Amino acid sequence: MKYMLLIYENDADRVEHMDERMPNCAAYAEAMKKAGIYLAGDRLRAVSTTTTVRVADGKTRVVDGPYAEAKEQLGGYHIIDVPDLDTALAWAARCPSASRGAVEVRPIWPL
Amino acid sequence: MPQDREDDARDAAEAVARRSYGKLLAMLASRTRDVEEAEDALADAFASALVDWQTAGVPQNPEAWLLTVARRKHIDAIRRRRSRTDAGDHLKLMAEEIEAAAVNDTAIPDERLALMFACAHPAIDPAIRAPLILQTILGFDAAAIGSAFLVSPATMGQRLVRAKGKIREAGIPFQVPERAELAGRLEAVLEAIYAAFAEGWSDPVGTEVRSRNLAEEGIWLGRLVASLLPDEAEALGLLSLMLYAHARRDVRRDAQGEYVPLADQDPSAWDARLIEEAEDLLSRASAQPGTGRYQLEAAVQSAHVVRRRTGRADWAAIERIYDALLVMTGSPVVAINRAIAVAELRGAAAGLAALDALADNPRLVNYQPYWAARAGLLAGTRDVEAADAAYERAIGLESDAAVRRFLERRRAALRE
Repeated sequence: MKYMLLIYENDADRVEHMDERMPNCAAYAEAMKKAGIYLAGDRLRAVSTTTTVRVADGKTRVVDGPYAEAKEQLGGYHIIDVPDLDTALAWAARCPSASRGAVEVRPIWPL
Repeated sequence: MPQDREDDARDAAEAVARRSYGKLLAMLASRTRDVEEAEDALADAFASALVDWQTAGVPQNPEAWLLTVARRKHIDAIRRRRSRTDAGDHLKLMAEEIEAAAVNDTAIPDERLALMFACAHPAIDPAIRAPLILQTILGFDAAAIGSAFLVSPATMGQRLVRAKGKIREAGIPFQVPERAELAGRLEAVLEAIYAAFAEGWSDPVGTEVRSRNLAEEGIWLGRLVASLLPDEAEALGLLSLMLYAHARRDVRRDAQGEYVPLADQDPSAWDARLIEEAEDLLSRASAQPGTGRYQLEAAVQSAHVVRRRTGRADWAAIERIYDALLVMTGSPVVAINRAIAVAELRGAAAGLAALDALADNPRLVNYQPYWAARAGLLAGTRDVEAADAAYERAIGLESDAAVRRFLERRRAALRE
């Protein structure tokens, strides 16, 4: 099954310490690749770079900033292909960000 | 005679349902992780059995018959649902399994434990784990489970459907966890079983037939887990604990239906056979590594049944075990029981001092056993006014009329 690991962290803290934390994140991604389960993943730019788009009554509204204000924001994701939820949870627990923020594990619903 | 045939078919189907429902469901659901679909297929198979067994007679191996029919229905359902997607792998796997079952129809693997671990998975809402196990392993319907857990059938039905959807869509595995994880995950399974048992236990008069059954079904599940994991101390400990409690089930009320507290029960009226089995399980549990909550609670029960031989519970042992339980759980409920043991050993004032240490706990403000214990200890120190007030609180918080009458009698005795 394919799962997306959505990584939530305090955004300011994440961006500020990105350089020093990168080696750990890279090692984590590398381990998933070596295990043959890795499909895709990336980090996201700071939440301040977000622009939100909505279309209502035929009008497009563009707003500066994220959809929801929260201390912990989506900062990156990985997509993995593993046999079941337990395996996905075990990989999520290894994500360095899981000890700072939280990692949501959601099954991919193919189109 | 047709009437007899009909009865035979129904009796046979009911007997298989009681004995094998969970086994058949676990077998079907573990292949696709789709519990609902497996339930539907199994229900269809039981319906076919009632018709077919009337005319053709009850098959030699009813379980295998049901499994084969249910699998065909299951495959039909999958074929209908996934007509435009790739159902090929599933269908091939199922066809192979049907063939294997036909060749060797006595060997139906028991995957109930794997199913229970799926139902009590950490990704499942803790409150729905026990209902889910009751439904999948024992075949209870949502109405029966809802009434036992004081939830409307519709709400319970929705929660069960949601949980089954989560199992299917989140990919919760049907497997017994690896050794390293087993203890933690087993705890959730045992907790769910104990919750089912406790729901039944809380109906001492047995007016509610469904609740009464729940205690027995809880024991049945406990026996199943203990037999499948015979080296797990906590699985043995839980079964032992439930059997000790069950041994006293009929003595909790006198002939007039009045409440009889443990201290006033006649030990010779306890079920000796169940107690012996509980003692045996407890000693088997102690031989295994690791001491857990259920084993300790069973040990408390063991110290109580010493009364059968000596006329007095081993209160010193009870206090020691509650000390250990308190360290392990930090539970105020344990602390209340410990205070009662302290009072038995060193007098009501000492017990009251132990209870006073809990007075700030907000969880106890509306907890009947706290006020009942407090009232009893205050009565022991002859603080009539305070005891009277505590009895009033306890009476106001009790939902069982017989226990209320008991507390009222104790309260009235203060003034005598």
